[in-house]
Amino acid sequence: MAYIPTTPDDRRAMLARIGVPDVEALLADLPADARVRGLLDIPPPLSEMELRAEMETLAARNRPVTELHSFLGGGAYRHFVPAALRAIVGKPEFFTAYTPYQAEVSQGLLQSIYEFQSLLARLTGMDVANASLYDGATALAEAIFMANAVNGRTEVVLARSLHPHWREVARTQLARSGIGVREVGIAPDGTVDRAALGKALSEKTAAVAFASPNFLGAIEPAREIVDAAHAAGALAIHGFHPISLALLATPGECGADVAVAEGQPLGLTLSYGGPYVGLFCARREFVRRMPGRLIGRTVDAKGRRAFVMTLQTREQHIRRAQATSNVCTNQALCALAATVYLALLGPRGLRAVAETAFARAHALLARLEATGVARRRFAAPFWNEFVVSFEPALWKRGLHAHLESRGILGGVPLGPVDPELEGSLLVAATEETREESVHAYADAVAAFAGRA
Amino acid sequence: MLRREPTRDPRTGEEVLEPLLFELGSPGRQGGYVPDGPGEPPERDLPAGARRRSPLALPELSEVEVIRHFTHLAAMNHHLDRDFYPLGSCTMKHNPRVNEEVAALPGFAALHPWQPEAFVQGALALLHDLERILRAISGMEAFTLQPPAGAAGEFTGIAAILAYHHARGEDRRRKVVVPDSAHGTNPATVARLGAVPVEIKTGGRGLLDPAMIEEVLDDETAALMLTVPSTLGLFETQIREIAAIAHRRGVQLYMDGANLNALLGLVRPADLGFDAMHMNLHKTFSTPHGGGGPGAGPVGVRAHLALHLPGPRVVREGDRFRWEPAGDASVGRMHGWFGNFGMLVRAYAYIRRHGAAGLREVSETAILNANYLQALLKEHFELPHARPCQHEFVLSGRGLREHGVKTLDVAKRLLDYGFYAPTIYFPLIVPEALMIEPTETESKETLDRFAEALVAVAREARENPDLVRGAPYNTPVARVDEGRAARELDLAWEGENGAA
Repeated sequence: MAYIPTTPDDRRAMLARIGVPDVEALLADLPADARVRGLLDIPPPLSEMELRAEMETLAARNRPVTELHSFLGGGAYRHFVPAALRAIVGKPEFFTAYTPYQAEVSQGLLQSIYEFQSLLARLTGMDVANASLYDGATALAEAIFMANAVNGRTEVVLARSLHPHWREVARTQLARSGIGVREVGIAPDGTVDRAALGKALSEKTAAVAFASPNFLGAIEPAREIVDAAHAAGALAIHGFHPISLALLATPGECGADVAVAEGQPLGLTLSYGGPYVGLFCARREFVRRMPGRLIGRTVDAKGRRAFVMTLQTREQHIRRAQATSNVCTNQALCALAATVYLALLGPRGLRAVAETAFARAHALLARLEATGVARRRFAAPFWNEFVVSFEPALWKRGLHAHLESRGILGGVPLGPVDPELEGSLLVAATEETREESVHAYADAVAAFAGRA
Repeated sequence: MLRREPTRDPRTGEEVLEPLLFELGSPGRQGGYVPDGPGEPPERDLPAGARRRSPLALPELSEVEVIRHFTHLAAMNHHLDRDFYPLGSCTMKHNPRVNEEVAALPGFAALHPWQPEAFVQGALALLHDLERILRAISGMEAFTLQPPAGAAGEFTGIAAILAYHHARGEDRRRKVVVPDSAHGTNPATVARLGAVPVEIKTGGRGLLDPAMIEEVLDDETAALMLTVPSTLGLFETQIREIAAIAHRRGVQLYMDGANLNALLGLVRPADLGFDAMHMNLHKTFSTPHGGGGPGAGPVGVRAHLALHLPGPRVVREGDRFRWEPAGDASVGRMHGWFGNFGMLVRAYAYIRRHGAAGLREVSETAILNANYLQALLKEHFELPHARPCQHEFVLSGRGLREHGVKTLDVAKRLLDYGFYAPTIYFPLIVPEALMIEPTETESKETLDRFAEALVAVAREARENPDLVRGAPYNTPVARVDEGRAARELDLAWEGENGAA
């Protein structure tokens, strides 16, 4: 059988050593009347060759973005991944390793995670980062729990301009926590409605959570939101896009207390939504309230520099019901990918990616507006992503389906997210957005409009 | 052997095994992976106040430097491809390479989560079939594949149970009973859900006592959360009686599926009376642990809990698949997207390689291997519960205390023999615990070699305790000072251009 090395001779010898006649004798504790009779209803085993063919058949029933003109973003972005990254992350020394509990034989992993934490601190301008969480949405939820633990307040104010899935995950996690959720709406320019924010804040507010750029691509007035949170005695949780920080003001510069992000753009494949990696950074004073693993620098018995999991007394395997979170794993291999990505790209490469995304997105908007049937929906400045609204008649006539039929994924339709945005698409560009795709998109829109 | 000779950091003079990324490279060095950018955006598109002011103080490295750096780091890691991990409750089985290859096919790896359903029919078909297979394995009637890890699965399952009680007007049920042998995530999850964890003691034979369960479950109890086999590696022989007691009291039975590798094709959790469970695909179904994630923790439930699961879920209509949003009774979304899809693809590939007979052979062999190792070791260490184990077993190193040797020392000395250490000091109810799980993918020769090493360490502990207390010696670093890491907290490098 696949991957099982035990031969019939091995089995006989092992059973003899144990002193039982057969494996069945080892199963005597299982209740006889609950045993599986016969075989489970599972397809028959496949050789590796057959499996490969079967999986290729399934994969062929999908249309990957590499074969399409894709302008999808909305929380997951296609960026160029250097071949060296795949070579490093594909090393079995990393991907077949366990959690670095035994530090003496895990220094490679531990140092790489310490480097991850250090790189994130520099990127975000925050003091510390943890070893990562499941994804951006979970990182937001954990940040809210931490704020509640820090100041004991019982309400979080969520910007409705946050990713809708992040808000959903936060609500799931908070549902029975005693922490209430209040949402503030979106101003006409696509950013947080500051008047509504002012009204939502109170002495109950544990934290204000927002992202910049937000889900609609708009760059939020982050300092203003952070200041408003602080004036109310609340923490400010700043969602960010890691690559944007090569250009945009950092959460640290904006005075944020916690910074969280979806780390997928840092070298992770799209992989239909996962595995990704949650980035979690905070000010130093909150470190003992932070969720998740932390790697610290120390020395070994010979006084040499070494790394080790630290402050484990915050964690569930020690503190059990009193832990800062129930989270057990991080996303170590994804964090490694992000570390390697930043190491390979360096400041110059990251800046090039951020500048190119900015330029491509703005050029794309201009091309779409030039068709005469699409207009920018929100006036706030944006970086890699923006919302366009199409003429209602055109939309109703099936523009989106038409684009899809041409292999153009013109953006995330926002109607299902917010009925007021029916007829709008959230459109993203990266350095991978090809000129021919931009032409294909704009030409298809123009041609469809011309068919009226 | 995992050795790396120290080098001297050219800048600080400090002796280090491998410099940090920040200590390597040189200003101006770069890899040229993407074309240069067009430069600063114009002021009208990006106001000055929105721009980064502080320098982007990332290392500047060549590709060769980066590759060598991580190759040097890699050389300091124990990993499955090198040798055995006897880690109890972690199920460190072989990670088949074909799984990595198929997950990397562009038809899976280059799918965007916002793509329309018509473009991802193969992915949805795979998820649909994986759900069906997990139902067959567990006997559960509905699954969610969203939870990205075991602890997230626990949260999902217990949240669904609390939602079920709520729907029946039984919000008073806020207690969740958890044995003292449970994983720490169990009580931590219960606490996070605003429920109250109540601990019960394991009985003298290492099993739960139905009479004690009878006593502790009441009409304020929401769930009884058990790991089967338990973290002692023992099957709860009276699980069916326990389930009957729980159900009589209106209490739901939750199974922590960390130890599912003992049950495949032998017994289905639903047939034991469980109402909900999570699986750890990175344990039972061979997806790589990756140095601590990513994992995947799907949750299965009986029909009466199905409407409380997270959404969306894949449904089939004729030969088409689509996402069905969650209804009002759902606990809500547990992941930003659909779960750790890449891990689900790997687990699916693993299961398809085995088929039904193969999965049963997986569990039978895992149990055989554990009993064989137990037989080889029981005369050299204390075996608190002398009976056939399931896929893992727990030894106590208590007997070495008289020589001044702790289980931690035994663990560190094992590293010198080229093995990883077993899970130690867990479960908490066994003093100086060594928890050992061989899995089905280790050969008899490996198990023999490991047993010889552990027996040799026990002998050393009696004859030369200082040797064991000073271990490890043959590892890249000597014993690491954990206390200092916590006292002099340093979580981010603050050298050149780092934070003050």
